[in-house]
Amino acid sequence: MLKYFDAIRTLISVAIALVIAFIIIAFVSEDPLGTIGIFLTGPLSSAAQLGNVVEMAIPLMFTGLSVVLLFRSGMFNLGAEGLFYISGLVAAVIAIYGSMNGFLHPAAAILAGAVVGALLSAIPGIMKAKWNADVLVTSLMFNSILAGVGLYFLNYHLRDAAAFANVSYKFQETALLAKLIPGTRIHAGLILVLLCILATHYFMYHTRWGYELRMTGSNRSFAEFSGIKTGRVIVTVHLIAGLLAGMGGSVEVLGMYTRFQWTDLPGYGLDGALVALLAKNNPLSVIGAALFLAYIRIGADQMSILSDVPAELVSIIQAVIILLISAEQFLKMWKNRKLLKEAEKLG
Amino acid sequence: MQPHLLEMRNIIKVYPNGVAANRNVDFSLREGEIHAVAGENGAGKSTLMKILFGMEEPSDGEIWLKGERVRFQTPQDAISKGIGMVHQHFMLVPSFTVAENMVLGMEPKKGLSIHVDEAVRMTKELSDKYQLAVDPKAKVESLSVGMKQKVEILKALLRGARILILDEPTAVLTPQETEELFKQLLTLKREGHTIVFISHKLKEVKAICDRITIMRAGTTAGVFDMADITEQEISRLMVGRDVVLKYEKDEVFFGPPVLKVEGLTYVNALGNKALNNIGLSVKAGEIVGIAGVEGNGQAELVKALTGGLEGSRSGKAMVNGSDIGQADMREIRGLGVSYVPEDRMSQGAAKEESISDNIISTRYRESAWNKGLFLKGKQIVKLAESLIEEFKVRCSGPAQPIGMLSGGNMQKVIVARECSTEPLLLIAEQPTRGVDIGAAQLVHKKLLEMRSRNCAILLISADLNEILELSDTLYVMYDGELVAEFDKPSEVTEEELGLYMLGLKKQERRGGHSDAEVL
Amino acid sequence: MDNFWGVIFSTDFAFSVLRVTTPILFAALGALISNKAGIINIGMEGTMLTGALAGVIVSAYTGSAWIGLLGAMASGIAISAVLAYFTLKIKTHIILGGIAINMFASGGTVFILYLISGDKGTSTSLQSKVLPNVHIPLLQDIPVLGPILSGHNVLTYLSLLAVAGVYYLLKRTPLGLQIRSVGENPQAAQSVGISVTRIQTIALLLSGFFASLGGAFMSMGYLSLFTRDMTAGRGWIAIAAEALGGGSTVGTFVASLIFGATNAMSNALQILKIPAELIGTFPYAATVVGLLVYAIAETRRRKKKNG
Repeated sequence: MLKYFDAIRTLISVAIALVIAFIIIAFVSEDPLGTIGIFLTGPLSSAAQLGNVVEMAIPLMFTGLSVVLLFRSGMFNLGAEGLFYISGLVAAVIAIYGSMNGFLHPAAAILAGAVVGALLSAIPGIMKAKWNADVLVTSLMFNSILAGVGLYFLNYHLRDAAAFANVSYKFQETALLAKLIPGTRIHAGLILVLLCILATHYFMYHTRWGYELRMTGSNRSFAEFSGIKTGRVIVTVHLIAGLLAGMGGSVEVLGMYTRFQWTDLPGYGLDGALVALLAKNNPLSVIGAALFLAYIRIGADQMSILSDVPAELVSIIQAVIILLISAEQFLKMWKNRKLLKEAEKLG
Repeated sequence: MQPHLLEMRNIIKVYPNGVAANRNVDFSLREGEIHAVAGENGAGKSTLMKILFGMEEPSDGEIWLKGERVRFQTPQDAISKGIGMVHQHFMLVPSFTVAENMVLGMEPKKGLSIHVDEAVRMTKELSDKYQLAVDPKAKVESLSVGMKQKVEILKALLRGARILILDEPTAVLTPQETEELFKQLLTLKREGHTIVFISHKLKEVKAICDRITIMRAGTTAGVFDMADITEQEISRLMVGRDVVLKYEKDEVFFGPPVLKVEGLTYVNALGNKALNNIGLSVKAGEIVGIAGVEGNGQAELVKALTGGLEGSRSGKAMVNGSDIGQADMREIRGLGVSYVPEDRMSQGAAKEESISDNIISTRYRESAWNKGLFLKGKQIVKLAESLIEEFKVRCSGPAQPIGMLSGGNMQKVIVARECSTEPLLLIAEQPTRGVDIGAAQLVHKKLLEMRSRNCAILLISADLNEILELSDTLYVMYDGELVAEFDKPSEVTEEELGLYMLGLKKQERRGGHSDAEVL
Repeated sequence: MDNFWGVIFSTDFAFSVLRVTTPILFAALGALISNKAGIINIGMEGTMLTGALAGVIVSAYTGSAWIGLLGAMASGIAISAVLAYFTLKIKTHIILGGIAINMFASGGTVFILYLISGDKGTSTSLQSKVLPNVHIPLLQDIPVLGPILSGHNVLTYLSLLAVAGVYYLLKRTPLGLQIRSVGENPQAAQSVGISVTRIQTIALLLSGFFASLGGAFMSMGYLSLFTRDMTAGRGWIAIAAEALGGGSTVGTFVASLIFGATNAMSNALQILKIPAELIGTFPYAATVVGLLVYAIAETRRRKKKNG
């Protein structure tokens, strides 16, 4: 049982959050059961809805994976938000101005976005590794700086005056990511992110660097004691995490839009923290966590369209999940009792 | 016979992990005395004082103050009954002034504000009364250690302490500051305060204390008037073995020296010589033990040998002829050095990670365990499985997080890791502290096996059983110096060892043949 | 360019700096207090938003702006109490707890607004009240100073008083001393009988209180209604302002003014085709540089001490 303690606690947290949501629905809705039904099954109602879930999960997987790496190495960095945004812009620039043939164009755009993400991410990493500057605050500042810089480029250099909204010029057709499944907008980014997740899993558990990352995150002074250069590990983790967040932003822009149109941070970075939390910092679990989050969001969207309860209910569910999953003391008594029993058994 | 101001009767303290720190301890104080509490590390002094100051609750036993039964659940309870404690690590807020630290939690008020002038006045008044000169308006962070200690004493006095517990107060002081402290303690005594003085330093104890309670292995080994007991007798009562272990040691012909330390001297941040002209060598196949009361430079010596010592030092430390003066841990390990650290939790293991991850931490870089960037997962698991079997680690398998094991089993994993890399030199620091007897015996056997395989071993331990039984050569460390060397440790009596450990005796010139000089 | 300086040196501009600074300043003071007690409350954005909505709803139902203000305060304190319970009692990670508060507020306010008014975007259908502007006699007649300092919303004046109040609280009162001691050396505080949890709870509640005042200003002064996500990142700016201010009350005040000024400037800059977006990033960049300089100095100091 103990082996699954974290998993059980996660499930219980999710269950409590859903129960709270149901209770709220019961008070608010004219037809509580019908509304709950829509919320739970809405995403399954059509291929297009299922497609929506998967599309929404793609950026969540990218930022979730990025945050998993950072959290796992013990870095409280919330910078995926800004990196996601600015890299999307970089990819957009190449999508607008580059001229390449079909396959190369998006590849070049995504690569450019990813590299920019990695390089920008390294800055707080270096500051932390070398001078122990607080990554949380620096990464938050970077989010605001990148948002401002991105908006500047959008407004002054990329804005299409002919369009009515505050959006960029149209991307070249060649830059757009291919759609995978007809009838949905699921794009080639899905394959890319799944590959990234597999690679990260392999990296984390089967390579020297991944090993160093886990040891540094679990106990930095133990890592030092074992001869690991933890400063270098921290910078490397930031580079990779930035790469993933950047790739996510680029893929999202090229897969879902035909123009760059984010006038503010899109919020996927903080969502990434929630995904990482649900996935217990485990790369493979990111898939399930992102799909779950996307599922309840699409369910809530359906609910708001088809019933009298607004979709924002979902943010209450998310908040409860975060509060409970990361609560050390939550269900601790139960764990301690189990631990004691286990210890007795082993002698 | 004076009546007792305070009595602790039959105090028993058993920690949740089963360690009995106090077993039926009796302790009493007379009004207006300076009372020493002496004992080795782990003898139960700290636990007893924590109970007296309300930081721990006893499992059983009673505390009587002025003929009245009292119970202390928090330090606040003890403070309100007139008990104050000066901790070894000062409880001061660095950016505050002396006066602010003094009144923290009991601030004098003028309207809504803190009455700063009143705080300064209170500080001044108290510091004049007890001749503990401090500047009330100075920032604490700018004060010397001695000054900070005065502030701590004043803080306790301001809270109405009549009984003052000082936890190894001289450990952090220069000799001049110590002398000053003693004058102040005598002043306090004249004013009718009662002082509990915890110390290992027998000369100091002898100099200012009226009575002494000696503790050993969780019990009271005796209470004496200072006039009735010699330092030698105190030492004999303090230092001793409870269980005599016996191990069969193979005949080993020592090889060439693997570790050589010459003239190693290190001055710490306080300006004291934490290491003073240390010279020793450890040969292949030899176990060299370093005994001593903790805090006499052992930790600094280990740090100097494992790349953890920051700052300047003089002298040399060489492993197989290579100077390791400026090397970091990785380079030192590269020379074939293994290290079992004292602190399992913070240095020895990554708690949340699996046993096999913890086992390969020092060798995953070697080509046997990786193919370029990739780790050889199967071999690693095989290694972990075989070590788990060899060291009889009780666990569910190599994938179990090490943090879920008991202390003894965790230590077995750490020792297994450090022993299984075929090191030339093994540095073992308190390798059996806090583990059960079974695990301790296994660790001892493994160390002897390593010795038979020609590994040079430096063993630092406060456990006399272990160090007397295992060592081929034994040094005693006192006040940053190696004060004695023994060729046949198993024949050394505890009594004799105690004299060196407590600084009562020192060999003139190291080398077993020289005559000892009684100080 | 002359035009630009004309705008910057106008009394209108100075007036708008104070106006724009108000919500940032409130929240920054809140962030300051919790940081001083050793806990980083990054839920400022969500707390402000909650306060903004509560102010609107309560004032609409009671018909009184002042009771609305009380409602805002109560909501800010309540949401911080939830955060305090989770982080201090059942040990939710404080940063994640803050994220949860923000997530809850950004959707939860819309949810509640919809339930009450049937509208998801704005609270136009609620007859909410606005806190009055205050014209200060005598002062308003003084040239230059009058138009700058007089005629502000009552909360703007309160925010300036709050600077003095927080300064006084932290520097001069027993509670302030205890808050700082808990943040700097919790063991020392504990050893003299101060309950660390209690002081940290008080600090969190105070930070919620100030953030909710900032929120109330947004919906009952700056604007006269609640709109979805109306705080628009001001809670994060407040955290930046606290960091830039180096953890002192005066520093936080000055840093808030700097952020306020760059915000206020953006309108002027827009007219002149100077990229306000870029100018807006300067204070954040300054914060990063400030943190870096501090971190390098700390590293040097530590090395020197050991060396």
